[in-house]
Amino acid sequence: MDTPPVISTVNLVKIYQDGGVPVPAVRGVDLRVEPGEFVAIMGPSGSGKSTLVHMLGGLDVRTSGEIWLDGDRADTLGESAWALLRRRKIGFVFQFFNLVANMTVADNVELPALLAGASPREARERREQLLGALGLADRAGAAPAQLAGGEQQRVALARALANRPRLLLADEPTGNLDSRNTRDVLKLLGQVHRDGQTIVLVTHDARVAGLADRVVSLLDGQIVDDGALPVSRRRPRGGVGDVVELRG
Amino acid sequence: MRPFLLALLAKEPAHGYELKQALEQTFGSAYPSPNIGQIYVTLGRLEKDGLVRAVDVEQSNRPNKKVYYLTAAGREALDDWVDEPTEGPRVRDEFFMKLVLAPMTGIADRMALINRQRRHYLALMRDLNELAERTDPDNQVALLLIEGAMLHLQADLDWLERCQEDLS
Repeated sequence: MDTPPVISTVNLVKIYQDGGVPVPAVRGVDLRVEPGEFVAIMGPSGSGKSTLVHMLGGLDVRTSGEIWLDGDRADTLGESAWALLRRRKIGFVFQFFNLVANMTVADNVELPALLAGASPREARERREQLLGALGLADRAGAAPAQLAGGEQQRVALARALANRPRLLLADEPTGNLDSRNTRDVLKLLGQVHRDGQTIVLVTHDARVAGLADRVVSLLDGQIVDDGALPVSRRRPRGGVGDVVELRG
Repeated sequence: MRPFLLALLAKEPAHGYELKQALEQTFGSAYPSPNIGQIYVTLGRLEKDGLVRAVDVEQSNRPNKKVYYLTAAGREALDDWVDEPTEGPRVRDEFFMKLVLAPMTGIADRMALINRQRRHYLALMRDLNELAERTDPDNQVALLLIEGAMLHLQADLDWLERCQEDLS
């Protein structure tokens, strides 16, 4: 039997109410993501990207349409069932981190793995590996409030990956990073993707989107483009020098 | 390539192959290494214009090699190059021309043009990501050059998004 897609949505719609005025944010999205795929969602602000990814993680309730995760209907679940599903299957990187304030960085990262049933040793090893890859090994004992925004964002990514989730969802995971820290995040995303991690992330950072297999573009709550990145026509061996020169 | 060679020769006299190596070592994989023929052609022109002069240096069991050095006029040309402001962003962008003109004739639809261009830019970005990963982490010059190309590409994508919002 074929493995079902990790995500499948059918005519997904979200309409917010703004003082009694309906404001459509997502207007009929059909999206299918296969296991191991890396999908970047792009589009101008207000195009519905964040709303879409929040609905996929059960953090926002859909107005109509269907969400299927791993072949199971998810949009009909209640809040606690979603919480359980996230704990088991989904790592989520929020735009504003949402770290637990009164826990250390290390505990923030280990918690999801422990909740999912990993042994303390496994959780610690995974945490050390992730924080190391993100250049945060020496911040393990700090409290989130002691960290700069870019550091908190990287901790949030480590936490989301701690569990080796079936699905990584992220909303602008490099939005607060300088270019050096972005490089660490890119490297880690590339690495977990090569290891088979399914990733769906919202980004306007082209470096992040350039790692994806496929880009979905949203405009006014609808998908206006969905496809694989082409293999570039100019790809000289030994150096992509003329890619640089192109801009000259 | 003329000013690059003048700059290298301002540092020290060199023969053609040394110039090629110096370019490669400085810019790493981030810059297309010129072929040796191009370098000799350029040196020939610089010599004709009086900006460099060549002396033959005898080698024991090989043919003589030509070592080039900078003349006073060459030094002046180099100073001019350094002092003049470098051209800024291009205002006339070929894609933009396409975007404006093609729909007028019914040849293409704007949304399709923008979507295709976005995918193309992102594929270029992927190549730059890969190039950055392959580049020696100690080669700051090469990494900065790649980062500059990435930032230009990001700006192009942001602009594309603005076009999509306003023109479609």
